[in-house]
Parts: sequence; C-alpha cells; structure tokens
Amino acid sequence: MKLPISWLKDFIDLDGITVEDIARKLTLAGLEVDEILYAGLPMPTYGAGEKHEFKTNGIAWDKEKIVVAEIREVKEHPNADKLTLLDLYDGQQEQVVLTGAPNIFHLKGTGKLPKPIKVAYAKEGATIYDGHADGLVLTTLKRAKIRGVDSYSMVCSEKELGITGEHEGIILLDDDAPVGMSLADHIGDAVLDISILPNMARNANVIGIARELAALTGRELRKQVNTETGKQPSTLNLQPVTDLVEIEITNSELNPRFVAGLIRGVEIKPSPYQIQRRLKLAGIRAINNIVDATNYAMIELGEPLHAFDYDVLKERAGEKKIKLITRPAQEGEELVTLDGEKRKLTSMNVLVCDEKSSLSLAGVMGGTESEVTQNTRNVLLEGAAWNFINIRRTAKQHNLPSEASFRFSRGVHPALAETGVKRGLQYMAAWANGSIAPGLVDVYPLKPKDSVVEVTPKDVKRLLGIELTLEQIAELLSRLEFKCEITDHHLQVTAPAHRMDIDEGVVGLADVLEEVARSYGFDKIPTTTISDALPPQAGNPIHEWEEHLRDLLVAIGMQEVVTYRMTSPEREGRVIAHGEYVRIANPIAPERSVLRQSLLAAVLEVAEKNARAESIVMFEVGSIFEPVKNDLPNEPRKLAIVMTGARSASAWDVKAAPAFDFYDMKGRIELLLAGLRYTDIVYAETESTYSLHPGKSAEVKINGQVVGVFGELHPLAKEKYEFGDAPVIVAEFDLEKLRTLNPSYGIIPVSEFPPMYEDIAIILDESVAASAVEALIRQTGGKTVTDVRLFDVYRDEKIGAGKKSLAYSLTYQAAKTLTDADAAAIRNKIVKRLENTIGAKLRS
Amino acid sequence: MLDKLNEIEKAALEDLSSITEQTALDAWRVSNVGRSSPLMQIFAGFGKLSKEEKPIVGAAANRVKVALESALEEKTQAVKYAALAKSLSEEKLDITLPGREVNIGRLHPANQQLRRVLAILAEMGFQVYTSREVETDEMNFQMLNFAPHHPAREMQDSFYVESEGREDNPILMRTHTSPGQIRAMREAVATNPQNPPPIRIALPGMCYRYEQITARSEIQFNQVEGLAVGEGITFADLKGTLTDFARRMFGKDARVRFRASYFPFTEPSAEVDVECFVCGGKGCQVCKNSGWLEILGCGMVHPNVLQNGGYDPKRYTGFAFGMGPERQLMLRNKINDIRYFWGNDLRFLEQF
Ligand SMILES: [Zn+2]
Repeated sequence: MKLPISWLKDFIDLDGITVEDIARKLTLAGLEVDEILYAGLPMPTYGAGEKHEFKTNGIAWDKEKIVVAEIREVKEHPNADKLTLLDLYDGQQEQVVLTGAPNIFHLKGTGKLPKPIKVAYAKEGATIYDGHADGLVLTTLKRAKIRGVDSYSMVCSEKELGITGEHEGIILLDDDAPVGMSLADHIGDAVLDISILPNMARNANVIGIARELAALTGRELRKQVNTETGKQPSTLNLQPVTDLVEIEITNSELNPRFVAGLIRGVEIKPSPYQIQRRLKLAGIRAINNIVDATNYAMIELGEPLHAFDYDVLKERAGEKKIKLITRPAQEGEELVTLDGEKRKLTSMNVLVCDEKSSLSLAGVMGGTESEVTQNTRNVLLEGAAWNFINIRRTAKQHNLPSEASFRFSRGVHPALAETGVKRGLQYMAAWANGSIAPGLVDVYPLKPKDSVVEVTPKDVKRLLGIELTLEQIAELLSRLEFKCEITDHHLQVTAPAHRMDIDEGVVGLADVLEEVARSYGFDKIPTTTISDALPPQAGNPIHEWEEHLRDLLVAIGMQEVVTYRMTSPEREGRVIAHGEYVRIANPIAPERSVLRQSLLAAVLEVAEKNARAESIVMFEVGSIFEPVKNDLPNEPRKLAIVMTGARSASAWDVKAAPAFDFYDMKGRIELLLAGLRYTDIVYAETESTYSLHPGKSAEVKINGQVVGVFGELHPLAKEKYEFGDAPVIVAEFDLEKLRTLNPSYGIIPVSEFPPMYEDIAIILDESVAASAVEALIRQTGGKTVTDVRLFDVYRDEKIGAGKKSLAYSLTYQAAKTLTDADAAAIRNKIVKRLENTIGAKLRS
Repeated sequence: MLDKLNEIEKAALEDLSSITEQTALDAWRVSNVGRSSPLMQIFAGFGKLSKEEKPIVGAAANRVKVALESALEEKTQAVKYAALAKSLSEEKLDITLPGREVNIGRLHPANQQLRRVLAILAEMGFQVYTSREVETDEMNFQMLNFAPHHPAREMQDSFYVESEGREDNPILMRTHTSPGQIRAMREAVATNPQNPPPIRIALPGMCYRYEQITARSEIQFNQVEGLAVGEGITFADLKGTLTDFARRMFGKDARVRFRASYFPFTEPSAEVDVECFVCGGKGCQVCKNSGWLEILGCGMVHPNVLQNGGYDPKRYTGFAFGMGPERQLMLRNKINDIRYFWGNDLRFLEQF
C-alpha cells in the first residue's frame, strides 16, 4: 500500500523523526517499506560511503524557488493563440508567467479574476520534472524568450512536481493555500510503499500504520480527525435513516454486519485539492467528492464503503420503504458491474439487492444502476462485513482485484463497519455540503467473540527468551490497543476490536507473544545459543552414501547436472517407451505435463543441448516418479550417465582424441564400483527397455543382482536426437539396489618382494569371451598371479578368419623373491590350461 | 729434463686455454695426458734415469701430471656448462601459449551450495532429513497451519497431480520442504510417545511452485530448512543460531537484522537480512539500494504445527528457518538469470 506521510501525521505526531526512520521502524516490525517516493519533502543526501537503506525516488522541492502563488488575471499572448500570459503574485512581487495550461484557458481575456486562483509556482532556477519528456527527466528553469515574450518561471502540473504522471493542466490549489508559502511546507510529502503481509491486513490503512508507529515510538495515537462539517442549517427534512431504509441479512456467516447511513443534499464536485492529492499519492483515482469520500475513509480506516444513489433506490422501491437484502446469488444470475461488464454469477457470490433485483456484488464491486452520478443529491452509504473466503473467491472468479476486495478478502473486523460509515458521511458532509440524516441502520447478527488470552512472564521467557514483568508486557500490548488487566501472577489480554487474527488458548498465546516481540523490537531480543539437549546424532546414511557416490563420479571426471522433474511422454519416448505416468493436473506447458520416469532421458536432453561441446561426460543423481493409483507415487532414486565426444581434450599441438566408446563407460563403471567397494561384478548381455545397441550394451550384476545397464545408444534412437557423429554412451543405475549391497572392505597387502612381469599372447576363437580367458589365467595361476591386464586385441589374415589374438601382461608376486624358473613353471601351466580348455595357441 | 717438463706443462696449458668444446678437449686429453703423450713418455723412460735423477724428475713429472689433470677437470666442467647454457638459451618456450586442458568433474553449482549450507548446519548439530517430493495437500499445507482458502496459500501456487476422489486432500508437488518437518516430528514421536526426543534437522530438497519460467522465476528450486524442537528453545536461540549461521556463511563480520514477517507455520516469524556483501551496505543494484539482502525466513514453530507433529506445544517449543541455495549463489555470483541452473549449459556449469 502507498501511504503519504502527511496523511499519517493526521494521526500521530512524527516531529523529529525522519522519513527514513519511520520506514526503518515499520520495516523491522513487519511492514516492509519497498520504496520511498518523495513528492516535495527534502530527500536524504548520502555522502560517499554512506549507507542507503531504502530504494528512493522522486523529487524534493526547493523551498525558496517553488512556492504558492495566485493568478490574478489570465491574459492573451500577443503572438500565440494557444498560450496565455498570467498576472501572478508570488507573495513577494508580481510576475508575468507564460503558460499553455488548458484548465485555465477558458479564463483568457476575462479580465481581473473575481477570486484569484492558487497555483504551484516554480521560479527561475528551480529544478522540476520536464512535463513534456517521456518518463521523469529533471530540468532546471532558465530564462528564455518564447514567441517574443520573456519566460523565466512557470506554474506547475502534477507531473512537473512528481505528484502524478498528469500533465493535462496545472495544479489548482485549495483557496486557503497561503500565498508566498514554500510549496514543500504546504503540500510537500513522501510516500511509503509498504508490503502488507497476509497477517497484517488490519494495517492496510492509515490508522493501522499510525497505530503501529505509536507502538514503536511510544507516541500517542490520535484516532479522531478534524472534519469541518458543512455547518449551514439544513432546510431539508432530516428524517432518521431507520425510518427510510431497512436491511435483511439472509446468511449471517456470509454477512455478519450491515450498516447504512444517509446524507442528503450533496453537491457533486471535485474534492479539495489536498484530498485529491493524498488519494492520488495513495494510488487512488480522484473521481468526485462523494466517491473520493468513500475511498478516503477506506484508506484511512480500512473499511471499504459503497455509496448508492438514494433516489434511485427510492424510485425502485416505489411507495414502499427501501429494503436492502443480502443473499447468495443464484447460479447463472447476472449483474452489470460499475466497469460495465455483465457478470454471470454463481452461488458463491453474495449480492446486495433490493426487493426488485440485485444492486451490487457484495464487497467487490457496485452495480451501474444505483451508482453515484453527477446528478446524485442524496447518498445511502453502505459499510458491511463479509466472509473473507467468499470475497476472495468471488474476486478471483471475476478477476476483480480492487482496493475493497483486497481488504475484504483478508478479513475486516465487523466493528469497522459502523466507524467507516460515520467517517464517510463526515467527509461527504465536509466536502459536498450535505446534511447527515440522524441515526444508522445497523444489522449485526454475528458478532465475533472477543479473544481473551492469559499471559505470564514465564510464557514470554519460554517462547521469546526475554525477561519482562507483567507491567512491561501490559505496556507493550496496550500500545497496540490490547486491553490488559493484571491479576495476581498473570495478565488477561483482550484483543482490540479491529483485530481478527488473535485466537484463544495456546494459539492465542502465540499470537499475543508475537505482538509482544514486535512491540518490544526484534532487534532488542538477545542472541543466545540453544541450551536444550542435542538430539542423538545418527546421521543420514542414505544421504551420505549418495554424497559419496557423487564424489566418486566427480573424481572420475564427470560433470553433475540437475534437470527438471517435469517432462512429457514424447520427450522420454525418444529413448524409452513407458506406460502410465504421474500426470500434472495444471501443467505450465504440454512439454512439462508429467513427472519423469527416466532420469537417463533427462540427462540425454542436457547432453543434446550441449552437443557442440568437444567432450561430454555428465551424470545426475535424482528421483523418478512411478504412479500409484490415486495415491502418492513411488520416488525411486537413480543415477544416469551420458558420455559422448572426444576422450580427452584437444590442444594447439594435440589433434582430436578418439571418441568415447563402450569401454570408456565400462572403465568408469569399474572405477565407480571399485570405489563403492563392490567385488562380485559380472557384465552380461542385456535386454534393457532402453534403446541400446544390441552388440554394445551390457547389464551390471553384483552378487548376482542386476543393478544397472549401460551401452551405446541404438542408432535409431540416436537419430531422434541432434548429436554429432560420435557414439553416445549411456548408463543408468538403480540406487536403491546399488546402495543396499554389501561392500567388502580390506586391502591387498603390498609385498616387500619384487614382482615379476611377463607378457603372453594367445590366438583363439573369436567366440571365446575375454572374461573367460582372464578367469582361466587367474584360476590356473593361483595366488601368485596378482594382476592380469589385457593390453592388446589383434586380428589379421595371418591369424586366420574367426580368430583373434589377446595379449596379457601378468604380474607374479609371492612371499619370496621369484626366480625365472618359478615364473616359467606358472606360465607353462597357464598356457597348457588355455590350450586344453579353450583351444588357445601361444603366439610366438 | 726438468726444463722439458716445464715446457710440456706450459705448452699443454696454453693449448687447453683456447679449447671451447668437447671434441677438442678429447683430442687434448690424448695428446697431453694420453699413453703416448710426451709426459707419459717421460714416465715410460723413467727406468733409464740415474738414481739421483729419479726422485727429482719423478716428483716434477708427477706435479705436472696432477696440474694437467686438474686443469682438464676444470676445463671439462667449463665446457659442459657452456654447452648447457647454450642449449638452455635455445630451448626458450612461448610461455604465453595456452596450457593443456584437463577434463575434470564438478558438482552442479546448486549442489555445491547445498553442501556448503549443510556442512555448516551439520557442525551446529542439524542432521540431514530428506523426504518425498510429491506430497498431499494435508502434509504440504493443512498440517502446516495453512487453512483452506487462507490468503497465504496464494504465496505458494502449486502444481497438482491428477488423481480421483481426493478433493479434500489432493496430491501436489511440495511447495516447500516443510512437510518433512511433520514427517520428522512424527517419526521422532513414534520412538518415544511419552517423552519425544529433541529434534535438530536440516531438510534439503527440490520444491515446486506454479510459475512461468522467466529470468526471475522458476518452477523448481532447492530449499534448505532447519528445524529445532525441544524443551526451552526460544526466539533468542533462533536469533543466536541464525546469526552464527550467517557469520559462517557470509563471513565473520556479516551483520544481520531480524525483520518481523509472516509464515503460517511459524509465530513469531521473521525475515533475516544480511548486510549486502556486494556493496558492504552502501547500496547497489544487487540489494536494490537497500544495503540489505534477504537470505532467510524463520520463526518459532506454530503451536498447531507442533501439535500436528505430535509435540505438545505447552511443553515443547521450536524454531524453523528456510533458505534457497540458488538465490544465495545468484547474489554471491551476480547471476541475473535463474534459468541458468536447470539449463545445465556446460559453459555455465564449468564456471563453478
Ligand atoms: Zn548492495
């Protein structure tokens, strides 16, 4: 909400407190000031290195150079039809001022004005906004000749002074504006733009903010304002309003209170300039004195009001007494609202009707027929309380966010209905010369219960950690208008009549203690360390294991990615076919309509987006979502890896490395599983549901259980992505399965004796798997063969078709220094075994 | 004979002095201290000398031999260093050529930041508690004191999951990690219903809000919440704990302020601002000229939430706080577009 400081000062003395101080106090108390907009008052200046605290905008008015002046005559310009020359008095001397303002143009050549017009006058050298520029551009008035006439000063528009964006005409000040007075002293202002939190709706008004400031500064809150009512004796028959109007509430849950008052003989015209200016600074359009009075009272008090043209209601009622009825709308019922829209209603909406038909959409917007017009003479003013949920849903349904629905949809205490109507009528009387009819029609079927809470110093200590006496607590709460009674060892606190957010019992206590803390000041509460016992430290093994997994993957050289959970079946369909998905009921877009079932599909998309990178090795650890009918889905954890591109980085003297293939992935998986300390690992052919190359894919079994799958993307699947020529190698692991295996800890001791190394190359049938050869070598060599490393695979014509050569490097190690003879014996045994078992021949 | 030795020495040293490279040095060695050199010839003819001459000539010849050999040694070193100096001067690299790239692995920046946060919290005794990402309305809202149609729900627009017959308790993507608070409390209560143990946990994880994806808003984001429940935990403890946290996170001189705020699940509630670490509080673009950065939301756990978790609010109190690792990184690294995080462009990821 936008709050002019001048308005605030109607209710609290703020002398000696700077605008920034006010903003700081409010911000710390939960009324965050987003911005301060200066419209005349001096702005703070910051030296180098000094701290700002708020986003600040606007303009300060020079006290000497911008003053109140009066126009005495509007004369013709000798050389320009559309311009006029003003005879103006600035309190010190007469000036001739050139202007093109349309709102005084009609006075051109009418001679000396019978009543001078008060205006905002900027002298030579004054800095104001350029009225003709787009946006806000500062300009300083300099002497110039315009069409042969000297111009050195001007009468200002609201835009030029930073009040609003209006530049249609000049500001016409109220008649009582003192000529010669510095304009900043007369109407200089600053506007606080305050964020209103949902629980602070009671403060979305001037008195609410003033009350908070009173609590924060210890100053007095003045709730009554001076509204000089039009005191002329009325010639009208002032029958009490209760004789003329009656009210029927059909559902008190929806409409706990309805108050109506009547003012007669109003004269519709613009409100005083001070009022218009405050409303505009508060972000409200000035319409006429009656509408302005309802808005002004609302901004001031927080109670939205609605003005009906009384004579329209009277005519509709005919001979009968006017009867207003509030009721839920019928499904499909229609109403034309003030904005000219025909609204189709539902039973959720509440209507204010008379006996003929509906008049307005309760708490949200009035209807056209009974609205106040230029011809209105008598006004029936409504102030009511509505169910906030109902108003909220209605405003949302009809897309009608308004100042009224903002307040009503957050809850307005019914007590304010009466105060609001009285205040509104007072302003109408003051600004429209009306006479208020005696009495109010007040139907109040559902009075909220007063919230009473008991508070002790112990409670304060227990929740807030501060020591306060009963008297201190009472003092803090009284400032916010809580009624406090001290008895024995506790304080009985009754919530004030404007509040609906204070509960009873243990919740009410928390509600009240929050107010104690805010009133005391969060900044004054000390900082302590928790004295309560530390819970048993059990850690989180699953989380820790996943973090370890991430560390291993990063150490292996993989980049982690984090992707969206929301995808579409089509996107995942490029690499895997799925059945049922967890579907989003309100997706932001069709391509984010379901929760992912494949982590690999998500990582593949990221790899595709990065396809121009020389080398891609990326992984993600995260959940996928498996639907359970009408219940929460399962969220199994997965690891997905994608590799493609060059095996190592190129450089200016190193040409591109070969592309990643199946074995690059396998090597990394081996490292990963070794890092997780798994040993019984088997790589077997797979029938994965993923689209993988049938000859270049494998599943990983540990202790006989399949934990993951990896391989080259199937050429047909790869076609569906925009990858380069290099193969795309993928892997996916089930983390639940991977995590719950038994790792084997322990090490192989490092021998003191020197190892012996020997190479053997054998020729064998293509069909024999390398893993079988290695197994045979290890089995035959026994403990002495500590390492078997395949270092060459070779095929050519000499070896023969259907044959391959495998070359192994063997490491022999024993608890003694081995001799050549020892090595030869083992080697011969191995070769013989390979010959006999798999028909291998030693290659010489 | 002695004169001859002196001449040999003089001539040899003179020759040596002009040598600058190894082959000439080798040749010198052969002709001056080699087997057939004049000096060695003198040693060879030693037997022919008289008894008186032997010791005199012997001593002189030895002296010359030692002198020539040490001169050779010295020269050999000199020649070697001269050659090395020459080759070093020829081996000069262009040190401005770029170094060779190494492909390394990295954690995603959001997870790097999550780890920083969790590491600090772990030292403060807050252990990680993870829970599910798809939740019920009951756990995500109702148990956390968001009444149906409560205005606060508008602060958290949700993604709903299709289901049937669950109008009163629809399934949705969690909008915060707070449902984990209820789950954690209930688990703790189950261990000892009469005297539930104290709780101190950190709840990290992905959360979801119904937003359009723009530079400033995302449909998913990480959150870390902290929850402490016990007998005797106060708002002053909350201030102390978070002040410590801010100092660990943002530097030992970090100034913080606690600003009253509103969350349905805490009361009193506060926002914690840290003095802008970009401008030091002087006002800049990042802090929108306020000098403060909003980094945490917090408050005392609402009695209804304690109750829903199974902790008697008359006996137990607690505090909770929440923060966004991505937001912290954005502030710290002046990242002006939140879409970078889940965009996963390697050119972004590789900067962390
Ligand atoms: Zn800053």
